[in-house]
Amino acid sequence: MNLLTVHKRLERNSGLLIFGILVVASIGGLVQIVPSIFQDSLRIPAENVEVYSPVELVGRDLYIRESCASCHSQQVRPLLAEVRRYGPYSRADEFVYDRPFLWGSKRTGPDLHRLGGKYSDAWHRVHLLNPRDVVPQSIMPGYPWLAARAADPRGTIQARLRTLVRLGHPYSDEDIDTAPQQLEGLTELDALVAYLQSLGLSRPMEATP
Amino acid sequence: MTSNYQDRVVSAFTAAAIVWALLGMTAGVYVAAELVWPDLGFEQPWLSYGRLRTLHTNGVIFGFGASALIGTAFYSVQRTSHVRLFAPKLAWLVFFGWQLTVLIGGISLLAGVNASKEYAELEWPFDIAIAVLWISFGIVFFGTIARRKIAPIYVSNWFYGALIIVIAMLHVVNSLALPATLTKSYSLFPGAQDAIVQWWYGHNAVGFLLTGGFLGMLYYFLPKQAGRPIWSYRLSIVAFWAFVYSYIWAGPHHLHYNAVPEWVQSLGMVMSLVLLAPSWATMINGIMTISGAWRKLQSDPALKFIVLALAFYGLATFEGPMMAIRSVNVLSHFTDWTIGHVHSGALGWNALITYGTFYYLVPKLAGRPLASIALANLHFWFALAGTMLYVLAMWGAGVSQGMLWLSLDELGEVQYSFTEVMAAMRPYYILRLVAGLLFLTGTVLMAINLRRTFQGQRTVEVAPPPPAPGLAAQSAT
Repeated sequence: MNLLTVHKRLERNSGLLIFGILVVASIGGLVQIVPSIFQDSLRIPAENVEVYSPVELVGRDLYIRESCASCHSQQVRPLLAEVRRYGPYSRADEFVYDRPFLWGSKRTGPDLHRLGGKYSDAWHRVHLLNPRDVVPQSIMPGYPWLAARAADPRGTIQARLRTLVRLGHPYSDEDIDTAPQQLEGLTELDALVAYLQSLGLSRPMEATP
Repeated sequence: MTSNYQDRVVSAFTAAAIVWALLGMTAGVYVAAELVWPDLGFEQPWLSYGRLRTLHTNGVIFGFGASALIGTAFYSVQRTSHVRLFAPKLAWLVFFGWQLTVLIGGISLLAGVNASKEYAELEWPFDIAIAVLWISFGIVFFGTIARRKIAPIYVSNWFYGALIIVIAMLHVVNSLALPATLTKSYSLFPGAQDAIVQWWYGHNAVGFLLTGGFLGMLYYFLPKQAGRPIWSYRLSIVAFWAFVYSYIWAGPHHLHYNAVPEWVQSLGMVMSLVLLAPSWATMINGIMTISGAWRKLQSDPALKFIVLALAFYGLATFEGPMMAIRSVNVLSHFTDWTIGHVHSGALGWNALITYGTFYYLVPKLAGRPLASIALANLHFWFALAGTMLYVLAMWGAGVSQGMLWLSLDELGEVQYSFTEVMAAMRPYYILRLVAGLLFLTGTVLMAINLRRTFQGQRTVEVAPPPPAPGLAAQSAT
C-alpha cells in the first residue's frame, strides 16, 4: 500500500480528513507552547518586579485603548545599538504582570520599555496633548481628550483588580478597597503618565551588560 | 424543496466583501495620510491613528477577506460535491451574523474597545460571536461535503477545510481571557507566554486564512478559468500536508531577539525556511496549470489578475522565509519592511486573487457577461502599479530604518537619533499614500463594473449536474 492509496481513504472520508488536519496542525503549537507554560523564567517575576498600582493599571488600559502598541514597541533587543539607545535589554521575567503583552511589532515611534524616568511628568503631559509642542518633527497624533476625562468614570477599577487577582496577581484586599480613592480626581492623562513613568524600572540602568 | 445550488448567499457575501474592501482600504489610505499629516485626526478620538489603523486591518481581513472566503467556499463546495448547500438557513445566519459582528466590532474599535492582540483586537463578546459563527460556517461546509454525490473530496475543499478547522483552534486558544467588564478582559496568558500564543495565532491567521483559505480559492477558480485540470494531483497532496504541518511552527519568527526562549526562536526560523518548499510547490502547480492557456490572458481580465496574484504569492512566500532568518530579521524587525511584506501578500496575493475570482464569479451569478472588459483591464494596471509602488516604498523605508537605527559611530554610540530617522521617512510615506490611492481607485473601478454587471439581475438558478461516471459516491462519508 503506497501513500497515494492511503490518501485515497483520507480524501473520500470527510471525518478522517477533519481529524487528519486537526492532528497535523496541532503538533507545532503543542511543542512550542506547552513547555513555555511551565518554564519558570516566563512565569515567575524578577525580584524587583511589582504589580501595577491601580493608577498605573488604568493608564496601561488607556495605552491599550488608544492602540499605542501599533507604533511603539516595548521590547529592547539584546543588541549593542538598542541597549545604547534605549537601555538594558528586555527580559521575560519583567513581563509577568503584563496581560496582554504589549511588545508590539512596529516602531513608527521609539521603543518605550525603558521610558520610565527619562522625561519629567510635565514633558509627558505636554507631549501627549500635542507632541509637536516638544518634538517639532514628531508624526504622533495629539490626544487632547485625555486631559478632559476622569481616569475611571464608570468605577470599574475594583472589578479589574479582582479579575487580575483571579489570574494570580498579588493585590491585597486593602489595595482593592483603596483603589477608587487613589483614582479620585485624576484624569486619564494623569493615569497614562503614571503608567509611562513606571515602564521598565524593574532593571536599574547600571545593569547594562 | 428545490435542489438547485444555493447561490444567493454567495452573491450576498460577494457584495459584502466588496463593500468591506472599499471601507477597509479607505481607512488604510486615511491612516497612511495621517503619517504624512499627523493633524488629520482633527482631535477626534475615533479618527486617531491607533484606532483607525485597527479598523483598517480588521476591516480588510475579517470584512473583505473572510467574506470573500466564506462566499467562494459556499460556491465551490456545492459544485465540487454536486449538491445544494447543507442547512441553507444556517448559511444565511452566518452571513448576517458575520456582517453584523464586523460592523459592530468595527465601531467598538473606533470607540476604543481593544484587546491589543494583533489581528485579534476585538473584545471577548465579539470573540464568542466569531467562534459561534465560524463553527456554523464549518457545519454548513462539512455538512455539504458529507452529502456529496462525488466520491473524492476535491483539493480546494481540503484547503477551505483546513481554514475552518485551524482558524477555529487558533481563535479559541488565543482569545482565552477573563472578562472584567463587558468591554474589558485580561488575557489568560501572562507576558512572554502571551507573546508566544499570540504569534502562534497571528502568524497562522496569515497562514490558514490569508494563505490556505485563498489557496482553496486558487485550486477551484484557477482550473475553471484556465479551462484545464490542476497540473499535478500528487504535488497538491504533498504540498497540502507539508503546508498544514509546517506553517504552525513558524510563529516565533515574529519574536526574534525578543524575551522568549532561544530554542523557540530557532525552531520558528528553521520551520519558516522549510515552509518555502510547500509554498512554492503550490505556486509551481498553479503556474503549470495555466501554462498552455497563456493565450487566454489576452481576452480574459479575470485570469490576468489570478496569474499576477500567483506571482506575488511566490514573491511574498520567498520574502517571508528570508525575513525569518535571524540575521535578516535583526534589520527588518520593527521596520516598515514588515508592512511592505504584509502588503505584497495582502494586496498582491489576497486582493488580486479575489478580484480575479470576482470578475469570473459575478458574471456567472448574474447570468450575463461582465459590463466592461476595458474597465477591468484598467483596474489591472491600477492594482499592479499600486502594489508595486507600495512594496518598493516600504522596502526603501524599512531598509533605511533598519540600517540607520543599528549604525554606531566610532565611539560605539548610536549615530542617528530616532527623530532624525523618523523624519527622513516622509518621502516614503508620501509614496505609500499614493500607492494606496492607486490601489483603492482600482478597487472602486471594480465595484462600479461589478455593480453594473449585476444591476437588475437576480442570482441565476443552477441545478447540480449528474456526477461523472466513475466518480459517483456510493455512500459518501
